[in-house]
Amino acid sequence: MAFFEFQDRTKLSNGIIAAEDMGTRNMAFLELNGLTKQYGEHVAVDGFSLTVAKGEFVCLLGPSGCGKTTTLQMVAGFVQPSIGQVKLDGQDITRMSSNRRGLGIVFQSYALFPHMTVAQNVAFGLEMRRVAAAERAQRVAEALDLVHLGGFSSRYPRELSGGQRQRVALARALVIRPPVLLLDEPMGALDAKLREEMQIELRALQRRVGITTIMVTHDQAEAMTLSDRVVLMNGGRVEQVGKPYEMYEQPNGRFSSTFLGRSNVFSGTASDVDFITSGQTLPPGSGVVEGSADYLVRPEKIEFVDRNALVRGRVTARVFLGNHWLYQVETPLGNIQVACANTSPPTVAEGDEVGLHWDQKYARVVAIQGDA
Amino acid sequence: MNTNRNVLPYWLSAPGALAVLALMGVPLVMTLSLSFFGLQPGGQIDNTITLQNYAHLVSDDYYAGIFLRTLLLSLAVTCSCILIGVPEAYVLSRLSARWRAVSMVVVLGPLLVSVVVRTLGWAILLENEGLINKGLLAIGAIDQPVSLMYSYTGVVLALSHVLVPYMILATWASLQKLDFSTEQAANSLSASSLTVLRRIILPQVIPGVLSGSLIVFALAASAFATPAIIGGRRLKVVSTTIYDEFLNYVNWPMGAALAAVLMVLVVFVTVYANRAIERRFKQVFS
Repeated sequence: MAFFEFQDRTKLSNGIIAAEDMGTRNMAFLELNGLTKQYGEHVAVDGFSLTVAKGEFVCLLGPSGCGKTTTLQMVAGFVQPSIGQVKLDGQDITRMSSNRRGLGIVFQSYALFPHMTVAQNVAFGLEMRRVAAAERAQRVAEALDLVHLGGFSSRYPRELSGGQRQRVALARALVIRPPVLLLDEPMGALDAKLREEMQIELRALQRRVGITTIMVTHDQAEAMTLSDRVVLMNGGRVEQVGKPYEMYEQPNGRFSSTFLGRSNVFSGTASDVDFITSGQTLPPGSGVVEGSADYLVRPEKIEFVDRNALVRGRVTARVFLGNHWLYQVETPLGNIQVACANTSPPTVAEGDEVGLHWDQKYARVVAIQGDA
Repeated sequence: MNTNRNVLPYWLSAPGALAVLALMGVPLVMTLSLSFFGLQPGGQIDNTITLQNYAHLVSDDYYAGIFLRTLLLSLAVTCSCILIGVPEAYVLSRLSARWRAVSMVVVLGPLLVSVVVRTLGWAILLENEGLINKGLLAIGAIDQPVSLMYSYTGVVLALSHVLVPYMILATWASLQKLDFSTEQAANSLSASSLTVLRRIILPQVIPGVLSGSLIVFALAASAFATPAIIGGRRLKVVSTTIYDEFLNYVNWPMGAALAAVLMVLVVFVTVYANRAIERRFKQVFS
């Protein structure tokens, strides 16, 4: 496919850094070193460091106000970091102005130019690079085909649906063959069903083009669907970095475990042989912490048992969520959430006395976090 | 019941509509009909219906000159208001909330002062003995006073000052709807600030600039106080001519004919310009 080729024959023009070859994965392509942004007394981003390999898809995930968008804007060049460095392909671009970085950016509002047609929107970046008209038309057509909008080139943005607008925004960002694609909450304005479709499409597109991508999102499901690696942020700091599955299975703290999926968290005292919380003794979980600690266990790892129960309680609520049931169980440890896949009719009803059990390999013991 | 619901709005808007009719429609019709009467020697209005006022108006180069002057003046004022008002509105929209509030007061403050007072202020500045000439003489930029009073420059200057707030307000309204991230998007696609302004911002605020221009043009074409004080007899425009016909020559029918032609021309120019630009920028209007 034609879109593949441009990654190889990109060139340095107008001071714009272009990607070189696709072969060198795992090498640090984009490096963020200790990025910090302070607004007066307020520290929006505090010492953010990350290396991104070429072709990697990284999500910055966190609640609103965690500094993820500020971080993205520092990479884009719209915000100057107070301290820290942005390096792209070995070159320091921290002080380079945003219009010389040549990065592809998709905005939350898509930021399409309302007075230009789809084709003119996509062609704008090429025009700025003084690409000849014939080549421009060809590349615009390629980019529009890539996002399945071949027949829409003469439409205006207001004549398009939300999903189509987003594709135009993607095409406009990709057509300049940027070394890095930055996505700022690109799915924020789409409804749930369309969002899922676009996520899968974006993932496939990113793989096909092989472009290094950083996306900002507050939606944990979206981050897990799309990214090779998730950077979980909170209060301007990085909480945890890892592959979605690893991060889900091995959260490093209360915040990670509750922001990425659901989790039951018990605070108590850990030792080699057990974990004591609310006067109850639980078997030790995985983790090396001694002393005060948080004990984490995912709702879907807990099962209802008659014997060998680790804790007993009464079901106070049962909610049907389609593919699974979610139970709220009142126990001496507090309320515990239990999720059961909807594979057979439920055996437990509200008000039932139940025993709960989980395999200790699924329990994690982590250090107590300061503010979270 | 369906009809009841449909009738109510008419009843509700009737008082307003009647007031407009009585206060605007009737005088307008009377002025218009007045323009078809002749004039007897001695100032008596003739009761025969005639087109002689219009014939006179068309055949006399004196009037053609005045209309042309008014048109050029209004265009010049509109252009200078665009040149001053649009960038000013853009700067305002980029200020922090506190400075924006302060600047808005500065921009709109003059609207609270009577046009006559403001124009007299300009007269003081523009006179041969005025501040501007004295200043220019003092720094040696000129040898003898430049005549700014009773000149195009003076009238355009003073009228622009009077009308620029309307342009700023109209443009401001468009800028409020502008998505700031389109600027960043263009920037990220390697556009320079100037290109962003020209290719991205300006086309999006065209509706505001257009409506501002129409307001400014119509107000400039029919302005009276400023041309009367700054332009005086030496630089007559249509509105001051109408005034003279009515009050100095006591030729009411001629004055009425001039007023009718001015109104028709202004309406024609604004509607035509509106259409043309709306067609050109139809994607921005929606």
